[in-house]
Amino acid sequence: MLKYVLSRLATFIPTFIGVTLISFAFIRMLPGDPIVVMAGERGISEERYLELQQQFGFDRPIYVQFWDYFTGVLQGDLGNSFVTKRPVWDEFFSLFPATLELSVCAMIFAVALGLPAGVIAAVNRGKFFDRALMSTALVGYSMPIFWWALLLIIVFSGNLGWTPVSGRIDLLYYFPNATGFMLIDSIASGQDGAFTSALRHLLLPTIVLGTIPLAVIARQTRSAMLEVLGEDYIRTARAKGMSSGRINGIHALRNALIPVITVIGLSVGTLLAGAILTETIFSWPGIGKWMVDSIFRRDYPVVQGGLLLIAVMVMVVNLTVDMLYGIINPKIRKR
Amino acid sequence: MDDALSAEAEMVHARPGRLREFWFYFRENRGAVIGLWIFAVFAFLALFGPWIAPHDATQQFRAATLQPPVWQDGGTWSHILGTDPLGRDMLSRLIVGARYSFFVGIVVVSIAASGGIIIGLISGFAPKWLDTIIMRIMDIILAFPSLLLALVLVAILGPSLTNAMIAIAIVLQPHYVRLTRASVLSERQKDYVTSARVVGAGTLRLMVVTVLPNCLAPIIVQAALSFSTAILDAAALGFLGMGAQPPTPEWGTMLAEAREFILRAWWVVTFPGLAILVTVLAINLMGDGLRDALDPKLKRS
Repeated sequence: MLKYVLSRLATFIPTFIGVTLISFAFIRMLPGDPIVVMAGERGISEERYLELQQQFGFDRPIYVQFWDYFTGVLQGDLGNSFVTKRPVWDEFFSLFPATLELSVCAMIFAVALGLPAGVIAAVNRGKFFDRALMSTALVGYSMPIFWWALLLIIVFSGNLGWTPVSGRIDLLYYFPNATGFMLIDSIASGQDGAFTSALRHLLLPTIVLGTIPLAVIARQTRSAMLEVLGEDYIRTARAKGMSSGRINGIHALRNALIPVITVIGLSVGTLLAGAILTETIFSWPGIGKWMVDSIFRRDYPVVQGGLLLIAVMVMVVNLTVDMLYGIINPKIRKR
Repeated sequence: MDDALSAEAEMVHARPGRLREFWFYFRENRGAVIGLWIFAVFAFLALFGPWIAPHDATQQFRAATLQPPVWQDGGTWSHILGTDPLGRDMLSRLIVGARYSFFVGIVVVSIAASGGIIIGLISGFAPKWLDTIIMRIMDIILAFPSLLLALVLVAILGPSLTNAMIAIAIVLQPHYVRLTRASVLSERQKDYVTSARVVGAGTLRLMVVTVLPNCLAPIIVQAALSFSTAILDAAALGFLGMGAQPPTPEWGTMLAEAREFILRAWWVVTFPGLAILVTVLAINLMGDGLRDALDPKLKRS
């Protein structure tokens, strides 16, 4: 096991260096001089330009710049935003809870509906329920989620007036950001209606972000269940006279869960990509919207740092999933 | 049923061609056949759109801005699906827009697949150190969420449909590399490859003539699936203002332009998205059918 962990870690390090190199290189390739961009329309004097160039280290050879950046990254220094002048690291972690809250809710939504849907479809294989559920799943899987968001807004916010269109909570309520998770903070504040308001703001983004994972989980659960249901030990259980509910629920589902958990773990990247669209549409103040805004504002340190942090996060999650998989399934360790 | 039986009987007599056998399995999946028909209509519109569309896609009917579809009060037959905020005919824009999505799919899949297959073949036959380097590079690309990477790439290259296609192709390529490499590695173990080598086939011949044809099935399925991913991603980039630029009637860009009118005029938002959904759905249905027909392991399950 230790050997497996070490070999996985050994591939992690070069990938990490590569990811740093890429996010560093991207910014150097962006059109326009960052200092001129930062100066904006006012322009900049020759002396000030040289001074700033020295301050940011742009006058030094590119490999020295990369080395400085890389050692900075290892110490948690990702530079400061051009726009807000705050450290990228701080900005990322003050916005991250919003994205995390949304992603966790979307994942709960996807798993809570996707698992039962997959099981029901597998058990009723070929029958009406199976067809209906799997057709719906395929539609969900093909959904352009930015359009799905707009449709939900038309119906639930426009026609029915049930849900707000943007933000995380009504402006009426104000309380300190203790945890950064609006649902928890709103309860902790003890204000009437704050929690309901937060929940209503969360509803549509959760559905939008959870739709594709939901479809993927339902499809994956169905195929994993079908595979397991064909195994000998299921036939044995049936021969022993075990009830079909117990067979499906305990014997089959438990073994079918392994590939499903992998899919759940690996969809973190998909969630973050979806968060870019979802947060932009619902003005959700999280990482996705922050990245898009920074790209449009040409806030290079933020784009660079955000890209790096997101990639590292995806890598860490994938690594964890791999390790967990190695623990659950010893066969995978030997390769 | 009769049809299926006679087809089967025919297959017993004549040794079926590959295409024939493929069609036999593909036809069994009704969803896939429906998908194929929708895709055929989509391809037809993409090729002949401007001649079919009732109006010019960029012509502005100033007297009829935000006119609703024909079945609603105030709709007219001259604009069946209504008009957008600038008075342009929705139906015409949708029809002409088909070619952008189709074009995106074709170009992205061609670039990503050909690049990915070549790199994957090299990686599968290369010495271990080169293989490791190539796979690490692919890991690095895959570590970034695809849409984010495409977004940053487009920001570097400048927002346009061409650059969006390049960015999406780069992002999708690692999947082909991994897929090709995996099948190459498993095929290389087989006896027919060894015998080809013994007979004296060079590495290049082994790669392209001997091994590659036997690796194609999963790649074709992947091509169908990434065709739909490409259309979705291009529309998403257009929606974020980083893809095709207005007034191009690209479906994602149309959605972005219509966003502020969603509560006043549902049709400007509903139809472009529906067009994307139906197209992507049709391609995914086809992809499922392709997988069933091409993958012998899944054939009878």
